[in-house]
Amino acid sequence: MDSWESIESLVASVKSGGTSAQALVLQALENIDKGAEFEAIISVHKTAAIERAKIIDKKIQDGDTAGRLLGVPFIAKDNYLSFGGETTAASNMLKGFKAPYQATAINRLEAEGAICVAKANLDAFAHGSSTENSDFMVTKNPHDTSRVPGGSSGGSAAAVVLNMASFALGTDTGGSIRLPASFCGAVGYKPTYGRVSRSGVVAMASSTDVIGPITRSVDDAALVLDCMAGKDELDSTSIDLDVSLANLKPELKGKTVGVIKEFMGEGVHEDVKRVVNDKVQELSAAGATIKEISLPSLDLALACYYIIVPAEISSNLSRYDGQRYQYSDPTATNLQDSYVLSRSKGFGVEAKRRIMIGTYVLSSGYYDAYYKRAQLVRTKIVREFAELFSSVDFMVSPVAPFTAFKIGENTDDPLQMYLADVMTVGASLAGIPAISLPAGESQGLPIGIQIMASQGSDLELLSFAKAVEGLGK
Amino acid sequence: MATLSKNDVLKLAQLARLHLSEAEVKNFQGEINEILGYVEKLQAVDVNGLEPTVQVTGLKNVMRDDVVRTYQALPEALLKGAPQREDSSLKVKRVL
Repeated sequence: MDSWESIESLVASVKSGGTSAQALVLQALENIDKGAEFEAIISVHKTAAIERAKIIDKKIQDGDTAGRLLGVPFIAKDNYLSFGGETTAASNMLKGFKAPYQATAINRLEAEGAICVAKANLDAFAHGSSTENSDFMVTKNPHDTSRVPGGSSGGSAAAVVLNMASFALGTDTGGSIRLPASFCGAVGYKPTYGRVSRSGVVAMASSTDVIGPITRSVDDAALVLDCMAGKDELDSTSIDLDVSLANLKPELKGKTVGVIKEFMGEGVHEDVKRVVNDKVQELSAAGATIKEISLPSLDLALACYYIIVPAEISSNLSRYDGQRYQYSDPTATNLQDSYVLSRSKGFGVEAKRRIMIGTYVLSSGYYDAYYKRAQLVRTKIVREFAELFSSVDFMVSPVAPFTAFKIGENTDDPLQMYLADVMTVGASLAGIPAISLPAGESQGLPIGIQIMASQGSDLELLSFAKAVEGLGK
Repeated sequence: MATLSKNDVLKLAQLARLHLSEAEVKNFQGEINEILGYVEKLQAVDVNGLEPTVQVTGLKNVMRDDVVRTYQALPEALLKGAPQREDSSLKVKRVL
């Protein structure tokens, strides 16, 4: 198989008997095997997936063809709790962990007939921009095995490009869906905060964590998102916007598009600028109105993010204490030792670094100077976005200042690694939807364009993105 | 600008229930100081009259009835993830 057809046509074939759920699952499993050298996958849910496919095929034979994702194999990032295998968050802390319940997102996809075939690699606990922080292995970029796939959903993005399944799920706290989608050449969608329930996804930074799809097309992303979205009583921050996302109406004419000045200047790779500028030219030619816009507060977004996020991480990761989940150090002799030893051995260096920073900015005497100040600056960023969206429909920028970097290039310099998120964290802090769309390449490495819309405008953003995707085709 | 000493790093580690190796202490001291230096730019921002953003949904007090419900996972399944247990309790090492 060269590449998977659209989800819509796969489902149509499954329903009409042109193919079967089992055939699709076997194809996915075969492609996972073939791509083993890329180390995109942590565990394969082979038995469970084949079993589910058989049940679905039987149902179809019996005349029951309900399900918008009927028989479609997908891969979940390994921080989604799922039955059928382990859920590790790519951490030694959770190695061997069997989820007692499933993520709402996975339940909803399964209810539509989708089949989880494997779990993808990530930076442990989703802390990273390259997948190099996985406690198990480093995923390779499908276009160049000496380079990173981006992160933290690097395994998911690589798996989609390597045809290991029809689509994959990622999580995005500061760019973790959009960056790997850009580096690998896939569509990555970060929905409005709250649009999809976070229940059953290993928490990183609760005020910006969102979950979303990594796919081959905007249509696929919209369909998968539509199946997962909506209020869930297990996540009280989830929202119901009561809008179907599945029927996109692509339209460029008359749309006003703001190009973010701050992200097209110094420090951005020339080819990245060229690809974004070319796309903007095409948009203009197709009838969109282009405006240069400025978001001065965006310069503060990364600093704001790297206070708020470690703070929330240090709080969320306090539950891994050696008593409740999986790893517990066997040599500890008392409870205090058990906490300390289990955490020291179960967490990798990046988790520890973020816990340390978070503990610092939340500690007595520093809370106001760091955490509270970051929350105040966050308000400034949120307002700046909201104000600008009164004069533009969409904003565009690169996803990252550069293309996929070499494995090992940034591992000794955490601040340099954090800079990979400089263009994506703004949307996360503001809770607005953003998409990474393949837009071009530089020396064989994909370059994505980021498009953002106002809070809740997922349907408008996906519709616009579909029109952008169709340019030049 | 705040600068973390080696002792500050050790105290933080203690607060976070982490034991750090000599090398980790040394690396973290440098790296965290570098990161704190980077976020220092927030100090110069005029935040007068702004309220802190805690969350962005606009939702307020999402309430539900205070009743016992059966969700997907039963207590038995939840307890299975724990490293040590006795009957329906988590078992921990002695406190002292």
